[in-house]
Amino acid sequence: MSAISTRPREQAAPRRPAPRIRPPWWRSRGLKGIGYTLPTALVVIVLFLVPLALVFWMSLNRWPLLGSPTLNAPDNYTRIQDNPLFVDSILFTLKYTVLVTIMLLVIAFGLALLVQERRPGVGFFRTTYLLPSGVGFAAAALLFYGLYSNEIGPLDGILRGIGLIDEPIAWTGTPNTALFSTIALVIWRFAGFQMLILLTGLQSIPLELYEAARVDGASRWQAFRRITVPLMRPTLALLLVLSITGSLLAFDQFFILTQGQPDNSTITMVMVIYREAFFRFNLGSAAALSVVVLIVLVALNVLQLRILRHDRTESEPS
Amino acid sequence: MTTSTASRAARSAGFNVTGAALAVLFLFPLVWSGWSSVKGQPGSAQSSGFGFGNYRYLASYGEGVVTYLVNSTAVTAMTVAGTLLVSALGGYGFARFSFPGKNLLFLATLAILMVPYATILIPLYVLLDRLGLQNSLVGLSLVFIMFQLPFALFMMRNSFEAVPRELEEAALVDGCSTFTALRRVLLRAVRPGLVTVALFAFLASWNDFFAPLILISDASKFTMPVAVYSMQQRSFGAIDYGALEAGVVVMALPCLLAFLLLQRHYVRGFMTGALRG
Repeated sequence: MSAISTRPREQAAPRRPAPRIRPPWWRSRGLKGIGYTLPTALVVIVLFLVPLALVFWMSLNRWPLLGSPTLNAPDNYTRIQDNPLFVDSILFTLKYTVLVTIMLLVIAFGLALLVQERRPGVGFFRTTYLLPSGVGFAAAALLFYGLYSNEIGPLDGILRGIGLIDEPIAWTGTPNTALFSTIALVIWRFAGFQMLILLTGLQSIPLELYEAARVDGASRWQAFRRITVPLMRPTLALLLVLSITGSLLAFDQFFILTQGQPDNSTITMVMVIYREAFFRFNLGSAAALSVVVLIVLVALNVLQLRILRHDRTESEPS
Repeated sequence: MTTSTASRAARSAGFNVTGAALAVLFLFPLVWSGWSSVKGQPGSAQSSGFGFGNYRYLASYGEGVVTYLVNSTAVTAMTVAGTLLVSALGGYGFARFSFPGKNLLFLATLAILMVPYATILIPLYVLLDRLGLQNSLVGLSLVFIMFQLPFALFMMRNSFEAVPRELEEAALVDGCSTFTALRRVLLRAVRPGLVTVALFAFLASWNDFFAPLILISDASKFTMPVAVYSMQQRSFGAIDYGALEAGVVVMALPCLLAFLLLQRHYVRGFMTGALRG
């Protein structure tokens, strides 16, 4: 690499013209930079910034799926509280977010600790745990839809075979089983991905720290609590942000696997937005709900990032 | 001495048993879906024995699985090509040039990550309609390119920044334009970054469900995830689970193959992402 990077400079130096001539304005570096980033700017403006402005404008209008919109601000916002489905969905989404975030993180951390050291078989285990991340989320949800079905699903047979249950389980039949069956799907699909990020964090901890702790007589648990967890805080914080954001916006898993059932007990916020727009044909009201979700999410992200940054500055001097 | 080797052996056995048990849990759903797609099941196209009846049913379902595969492939190809083009040019621009509005544009691109999917898809549904791109695979690909852009641009900017400036200066002094230098010299140097960006764009656009669900209403333009989902929805109470799992296998197989072949690039992509915070 160094041979490539040094040789051209030696060759190049004598050829450079002695008096530096200012290039004409159309050849200036600034203009070229704009040229190269023009496609990016077009995509960001047309497909992101304009729609973002449009969603605010839509939320101020009665905007039917067909027909022309009419201004009705602030009705779309004031009517949110009269939408019991949305209010319920906030509580359900929060409950799901807390449960799935904690369970996923604990399991992924366990996996990462298990496959942390290099030894025979570790590569195979890592790949197997990561493999579900290669399956699309919707495909995974459809897969589990079959897995949990009483018609074709193998789970009842296996559990009865080893004597754990006597009666078939309605895997998505009650509010609680539906919630935890979905969480199991999400853990299967995402634990490997979180494990991977945790592994990169674990590998950046210097081994000398553990050796020093062992010399000082610290147990494995003490080393984990006093060295691993504090030094992993930035990584853990990143995963928390990703997991909380992703879970608050949950859609595919419940839309496909439980379809909001039983008794509308597993409806998430994004599912209500979808229903408002494409079943009740009220895009204005869907836009207002989207704006609310957007504001909550941005506020939450800013808050989380601030906590994360605060942690960092505190832990850095040591 | 003997106790420590004994405890090490016990720990090693514990590791292997735990690791293998978890491996079975993680592999089981995948293996089961493959198995149940060929195993006979009363009420499905393959009613008994083993065979590819479910796949034959899938081939003729709706508009035919080939139509959906072609749609998915077209969207994926356009998304991958578009993402590579935009992010390679943009990454080069951000890594090597300074121009007014540079930081603002970069921040605006990263802000895409902050905005919920649903929040941006509702207005996009209206906007694409006005642009004549409603119900269009091109429109869908454009949306996917936008969603991929924060990661892709970040990845490509870092890749270009890691290339020594001398490499490019030599070409420029030899009289190449910056574009020729990019095409002839730099693209080769950032190839690993391009592979990672392409892999992520492929996985995202092949698998995405929400965007085509909202933006595509014409059944002949469905992509695979929406088509298989419609199979689950069509017949109340009498779902052909065998065919459903066959659909899952058809969807998942290309991704698993790409994933296994390019695992190194996938892992590196997440490391770049993880270092972001």
